[in-house]
Amino acid sequence: MKNGVGREIPETFKGFVSSNDYRQHQRRLIKKKATHSSCLFFKDYDEAFDQFQIKNGATLSFHHHLRNGDRVVNDVCDVIQKRQLKNLHVAPTSIFPNYTKMIPLIQSGQITEIDTNYLNGPVAVCISEGHLKGRLMMHTHGGRARAIESGDLVIDVAFIACPTVDKKGNGSGAVGPNACGTLGYCIADLQYAKKVVLVTDHLVEQCDDYQIDHQYVDGVLVVDSIGDSKGIVSGTTKITKDPVGLKIARDTSKLLYELGLIKDGFSMQTGAGKTSLAVVSQVEKMMKEHGIKGRFASGGITKTYVDMLEAGLFEKLYDVQCFDLDAVKSFARNKHHLAMSASEYGNPFETNSVADQLDFVILGATEIDLNFNVNVTTDSLGYIIGGSGGHADIAHGANVTIVLSPLMKSRIPIIKEVVTTVTTPGEDVDIFVSERGIAINPKRVDLLERLKESSIEIYTMDELLAKTYALTGVPSTIKQSDEIIGYVQYRDGSIIDVLRKVADEYIK
Amino acid sequence: MFRSLLFIPANNPSMLQNADIFLCDGVIFDLEDAVGLDEKDNARDLLNTYLTTSPSFPKTILVRVNGVFSDFIDEDLIVLNTGKIDYIVVPKADIDALFILDYKLRRLEDKYHLNSTKLICLLEDSTGINQANEIAMHPRVEGLLLGAEDLTKELEIERTTEGQELIFPRSKVVYACQSQGILSIDTPYTDINDVEGLSFDCQQAKKLGMKAKTAIHPSQIDRIHQVFSPTKEVIEWAKGVVSIVENEHKTLFQFQGKMIDKPVIERAMKILEKAKLFDLL
Amino acid sequence: MMWKAGSLESNDCLVTIKKSSQTTITIDSIVGHLFYDQIYQAIEETLQEENVDQVDVLVRDKGALDYTIRARVRVAIKRMRKDV
Repeated sequence: MKNGVGREIPETFKGFVSSNDYRQHQRRLIKKKATHSSCLFFKDYDEAFDQFQIKNGATLSFHHHLRNGDRVVNDVCDVIQKRQLKNLHVAPTSIFPNYTKMIPLIQSGQITEIDTNYLNGPVAVCISEGHLKGRLMMHTHGGRARAIESGDLVIDVAFIACPTVDKKGNGSGAVGPNACGTLGYCIADLQYAKKVVLVTDHLVEQCDDYQIDHQYVDGVLVVDSIGDSKGIVSGTTKITKDPVGLKIARDTSKLLYELGLIKDGFSMQTGAGKTSLAVVSQVEKMMKEHGIKGRFASGGITKTYVDMLEAGLFEKLYDVQCFDLDAVKSFARNKHHLAMSASEYGNPFETNSVADQLDFVILGATEIDLNFNVNVTTDSLGYIIGGSGGHADIAHGANVTIVLSPLMKSRIPIIKEVVTTVTTPGEDVDIFVSERGIAINPKRVDLLERLKESSIEIYTMDELLAKTYALTGVPSTIKQSDEIIGYVQYRDGSIIDVLRKVADEYIK
Repeated sequence: MFRSLLFIPANNPSMLQNADIFLCDGVIFDLEDAVGLDEKDNARDLLNTYLTTSPSFPKTILVRVNGVFSDFIDEDLIVLNTGKIDYIVVPKADIDALFILDYKLRRLEDKYHLNSTKLICLLEDSTGINQANEIAMHPRVEGLLLGAEDLTKELEIERTTEGQELIFPRSKVVYACQSQGILSIDTPYTDINDVEGLSFDCQQAKKLGMKAKTAIHPSQIDRIHQVFSPTKEVIEWAKGVVSIVENEHKTLFQFQGKMIDKPVIERAMKILEKAKLFDLL
Repeated sequence: MMWKAGSLESNDCLVTIKKSSQTTITIDSIVGHLFYDQIYQAIEETLQEENVDQVDVLVRDKGALDYTIRARVRVAIKRMRKDV
C-alpha cells in the first residue's frame, strides 16, 4: 500500500497520511509507573538482572547523553553476552560508533529488535548489511516519547546512565565527574518503563537540583565509570571556513532578514553542523546590530548558543541535549538554560511543545527531492548514516523550515528525483538553500510573495537539479534490494518509509 | 571596475569547481606561484578544459600566467584561445616584459581572431615600481597590482603591520593608475586568520588612494568589500546629488551645505555606477 | 615505466598510464556506484581524441568532475609522449 509520500508500506502497518494527521487522533496514555519511596542498591549488573528477572525477549532501553563517550550500553551488552540471553529488544535513543559490543550480539541473534532515533558507525553498517534478525524501528525524538507513553513501545527495564545520584535515588546530569547536562531523552523511560535502574559513577548524600525523580527509580547501580563526558563533543562545533558553506550561510541570513524572521521575541533552532553555525554567527551579528532580543533558542545546545544567552541575546535556552562541555557547564549554573524532555520538545500530542513554538529552524539534509522530502537517515547506497533525531519534529512545528546543503558533495548530487529514504515529508519543508540558488516550496505562497523583490535567486527544485546535473552528469540509479530490514516511523506512529538491506553488489 | 580579486591555484579542482560562487568581483586563476614547476602542464590543461566545458563561470575571469621570460609562457597564453579570458595578470611586470608580451599577444590575436587582450601588471620588484608610470601608459594595461612580498624580499626589508615600508610603492601605483584612469590594486594580506589585521591593511591602502585589493582566501572577500565599497551614506548622498541634477536640471547648486559643481557631480555618478555594478543599490 | 597526473585530493583523480599490448581502463572511484559509466566514457573519449591505444590506464578517483578527469588523462598522455 502506498502511503502519503508515495512509499510502498506493508499492509500490516499504518501508513503515513500527512504531517497533520495526528490532530485527528486522541493522545493515548498508559498508566505511568507506580511511584514509591525507596529503591534498591545493586552491587553489579548481575544483581539488577536477577532482581528484575531480565529474560529472553526482554526490552531494555538507554539514552545517549554521553554520546560517543557512553559506556553503559557496551557494559550491558557484556552482561547480555555473559548471561547468554537471546532475542532481546533494545531501545537506545541513539547508537554511536563506540557501541561496538552490540555487533556480535546482533550477529548471533541475542539482540533481535532495535528501536532508536539515530545511528551511525559500525553498528549501523552491520544492520544495513542485513545482520539484524528482527527489525530496526527508527523514531523521531518526539515520536519515541509518544511511543513509550502510549504503550506502543513497552520497556521492561530502562538503564539510565546518570552522572550524579543521591542516596534516595534522585538523579542529575548537571554535576558529577561525567556530567552531561540535561537528561531530556530518558524522561519517558523514567515514567513509563516497568523498571528503572540508574547507573552512576558518582553517589552523593543529597542532590538538590535533580531532573530524575527518585519516586520512579527502582534501582541504583554504582559503577566505576559510566563513560567519558569528553566523548560528548561531536567535533562539529566550529564555524565553517569552506567557501561553499560561507556562501550558503550568507544567503540564508539574507533570507532570514528579508523574511522578517529576526525580530524581538523570535525563537529559533539549528543543527550543530558547521554551516548552520555560520548562519547562527550571522544571526548574532544582525541581532547585535539592531538590538534584537530573542525569546528562546532550542536544541541540541552548543557553546554558540550559550554565548548568546550570556550576552543577553536570548531570554532562555531550551535544551534536550548538551552537545559540548560548555553547554554542560552552562546548564549547571545558568537558570535561564532549561531542560526539556523529548516529549516537551517534540511529541505531537504534547500541547504547546517547544517544536510548535519555533519561528524558524535550519536543518541539514543528506538528500532532498523534487517534492522537498528530506532524507537524513541513509546515504546514496542505502547505508544508515543517521536518522531523524528531532528533524521531522521541528520541521513540522516551526513556522518556517529551511534546509541547507551544497548541491553536491564529492560529485554526488544532493537533490534527487526521489529520495532514498523519506525522513521528513516535503509538506513540512519550506525553503532549500544551496550555494547556487534557493528553492521555495510552491505551497508557501506567502513566502514566495514576500521574496518577490529579493535579490536572492529563486529557482524551482527542477532547475536546481538541472544545474547540478550540468556539473556532475546524470548519475546511475542505485539498485535497491527487496529485503526490508526496518522502518522509519513518523512522530505520530505511522510508517513513513521502509529501510532496505544494502544491495549485495555494494557490500564489500 | 573591481573591489576584490581572488587568487586561486589553477591546479586545484575543488577551487575551480566553486570559482563561480565566490563573492569576489573577479577570480585570478593562477598558473604561476601557486603551481609547482612539475605541475605546470596539469594546471594549464585543467584550466583549459574547465574554461571550455564548465557550465558556469565567475563574472570576471583573469589568469596569472608564468613570467614572460619563462619556459612556460607560450603554452600558458594558448588559454586565450578559449575566448573566456577577460584579463591576463602579468607577473614581474616591467617595460621589457611588456614589450615581449605585447608581441606574443598580437601574434596570437591574429591567429585566433581575438579581441585585444587586456592586462593587469603585477609590480613586484624595484624595476617595476620605478617604471610604474610607463607601464600604466601602455594601451593594453587596465590595472596595476602591487606585489609587496617579492618587493620587500628584494629590498631585504621586513613587512610590518603599520606598513610604512609600503607607503612609497603603494603611492607610485596609485598615482600612475590615477593619471591614466586605470585601476590600482593592493597587495594581498597573507595572514588569513587575522581578520582585524586584514581590515587595518585595507584601510591603510585605501587611505593612500588604492581602489581594490587582492585576496588569497575566500574568507577575506567580505572584509575587503566592506572597506572598498562605497558606504551606504555615500551612496545616499550620491543619489541625492544625481536626483537634483536629473529632476531640477541644475549643474551648480548647494547640497547638504556644500557647493556641488561638475567634478563633484561626476564623482556622484561614478559612485552610483559602482554601487550598481556591485549590487549595492 | 609509468606516467602519472593529478592527485588524490578531494574532487581530483590520480591517473596512471603505462604502455601495454592492448588498452585497458581500470577505475577505482569513490562515486563508482553512481558515475562509473561516465568516468569510463570520459577516459575512453580522451584516449580516442589523443589517438592513443595500447595503454593500461588506472584512474583513482575522489569525486572529480568530468573535465578534471579528461584533463588529467590528457596530461598523463602528454607526459608519456614527452619521454618517448
